Amino acid sequence: MAVIRDVMPAFELFQPASIEDAQAVLDRYGSNAWVLAGGLDSFDWLKDRIKRPQALVDLAGIPELKGIRPWQDGIEIGAMTTLTEVVRHPVVRERYAILLEAAEAAASPQIRNQGTIGGNVSQDTRCWYYRAGWSCYRAGGNICYADTPEAINREHAILGADRCVAVSPSDTAPALIALDAQMVVRTAGGGELTIAAEDYFIGPATDITRMTILQSGDLLTAIRLPGTWGGARFYFEKVRDRQVWDFALVSVASAMVMNGSSIERMRLAVNGVAARPLRLEAVEEIVRGKPRNEATAVIAANLAIEGAQPLKFNAYKVPLMRNLVKRAIRGVEAGSWTS
Amino acid sequence: MDVLTWGRSPWDQPILTHVSWDLLWASLFAGVAFLIAHAGYMVLSAHRKRQAAETDALEAARAHLPARIVRHSLAARMFHWVMAAAMFTLLITAFLPIAGIQFAWVTWHWAAGLVLTASILFHIVHATVWLDFWSIWVGPRDIPELKAEVLRELGHDVSGPKPGKYPLGNRLYHLAIVAAGLSVVATGLFMMVRVRTPFFTRNPYLFSDTTWGFTYVLHGMAGVALVGLVIAHVYFAVRPEKWWITKSMILGWITRRQYLEHHDPDRWSVGDARGTSAPL
Repeated sequence: MAVIRDVMPAFELFQPASIEDAQAVLDRYGSNAWVLAGGLDSFDWLKDRIKRPQALVDLAGIPELKGIRPWQDGIEIGAMTTLTEVVRHPVVRERYAILLEAAEAAASPQIRNQGTIGGNVSQDTRCWYYRAGWSCYRAGGNICYADTPEAINREHAILGADRCVAVSPSDTAPALIALDAQMVVRTAGGGELTIAAEDYFIGPATDITRMTILQSGDLLTAIRLPGTWGGARFYFEKVRDRQVWDFALVSVASAMVMNGSSIERMRLAVNGVAARPLRLEAVEEIVRGKPRNEATAVIAANLAIEGAQPLKFNAYKVPLMRNLVKRAIRGVEAGSWTS
Repeated sequence: MDVLTWGRSPWDQPILTHVSWDLLWASLFAGVAFLIAHAGYMVLSAHRKRQAAETDALEAARAHLPARIVRHSLAARMFHWVMAAAMFTLLITAFLPIAGIQFAWVTWHWAAGLVLTASILFHIVHATVWLDFWSIWVGPRDIPELKAEVLRELGHDVSGPKPGKYPLGNRLYHLAIVAAGLSVVATGLFMMVRVRTPFFTRNPYLFSDTTWGFTYVLHGMAGVALVGLVIAHVYFAVRPEKWWITKSMILGWITRRQYLEHHDPDRWSVGDARGTSAPL
């Protein structure tokens, strides 16, 4: 059980100046090492004594992980770039406004000043059963306490649950998927992998103990946004219990390119409904070439929620997701919110 | 090396969660070590077989036997290969993710588990009704055969009992696979109640934490044991001197000479060319 002691436990603190030095420490300590970005997820784990790493590798001193720079016809965002820097960057504002909206929806101004985009996409789930330190599936045990008859599971998954019903808390993840972002990962072996954003996140069916493909020793170094979807028609909406400093109940992000009144192509992602942010490829396909109107939105929204399996307290997420998908397609100007 | 892993219940009590996956590597090591040790032994040992002249005499005396002796019926062979496919699927889906190769394995795992369960149920009925049920089991009656086999392996010519339908090692292996297989199937079926399937209403509280812990541990123990057992099985199946047995699991029959060379016709009587028959 978690006991919030509010005091940092003892560990070795490493503040490397390069990715190579950071990985050398990660290699030396293996699973006993902890990667620190902005610290906003990490410090909870450490102060609650749930995670007890021997070594903490603080990435704040690695210059190559910071900043936003041109990359081909798009931009490359260093993983240690703060959310505030992302929000204020002129190219992001001009061409990738959906990322601006998503980053700006995260937490509070103070947290966005400290929190990084790499940390935002790599943070652990907020399932309180898991974060309380119980021996659930995600923690290496053999039960999901959030999927029991008595569980309080209002914020949990309605799709893609496989033993664990926790959801990804990242606000920027669906926006990055909609933008067809590429995640650049330096592997423990020293190689570099570039992975599509939707494949960066993994569900419990693949590995119940991780939210992303990052394994021990791996580092997310940058996020690349291609020009393909720059300047598209964007939609982002995050529904939460209170309008500041709260995680999403459900969020939706879309990038759409129009041809007259028809949808030429679209990318659509939702979060808060599954263990990982979901790209809705079937929906993208069904709206291709169709007029952007209520009828198309209804077809797409009904397809989006196909297979949803609500838990005891989160059935509201089904109509919420359906309506958010509708709004992402036909906008908020027309049409009604249906339950 | 840890044997078991422990967690904490919501009431802060220690609860068993799994076997330690260190045991997977131990089982893998044991399987490979056995393989190397046995291969070395086979190179160096005498392991006497029935003399050719003796087999010739037996063949002459039993010329009425068909040239091909049916060893495994089509149903038995189908069971074996379906079970083998299910077993490999189960082991791959269970242990590759532990070894670091990640993929969505759970549905494949329980689906293969259901196939294995169905094939075992079929086998139990088939063996009980249509086969000589006791021919695969071992018991005190097999001690003379054990002594004779040990002496033959040590290079002695022993006139003692030869195996019936199944060699002694085969029967001992069957016993081990029955214990491990039934353990893994029984525990696995209960574990399916904890995951979402079309077959059960999910109920993680079917048992107490302690009982679930033992269920998971038994499932894990049997699972890692199966790794070593399957290694041993595949090893014997591909050894040249055992090909005639492996071939019979594909084609269904062995030759009359193989039957007389390796088996005791009095302990495994087969139908003759004139039409009499006995249980297969």
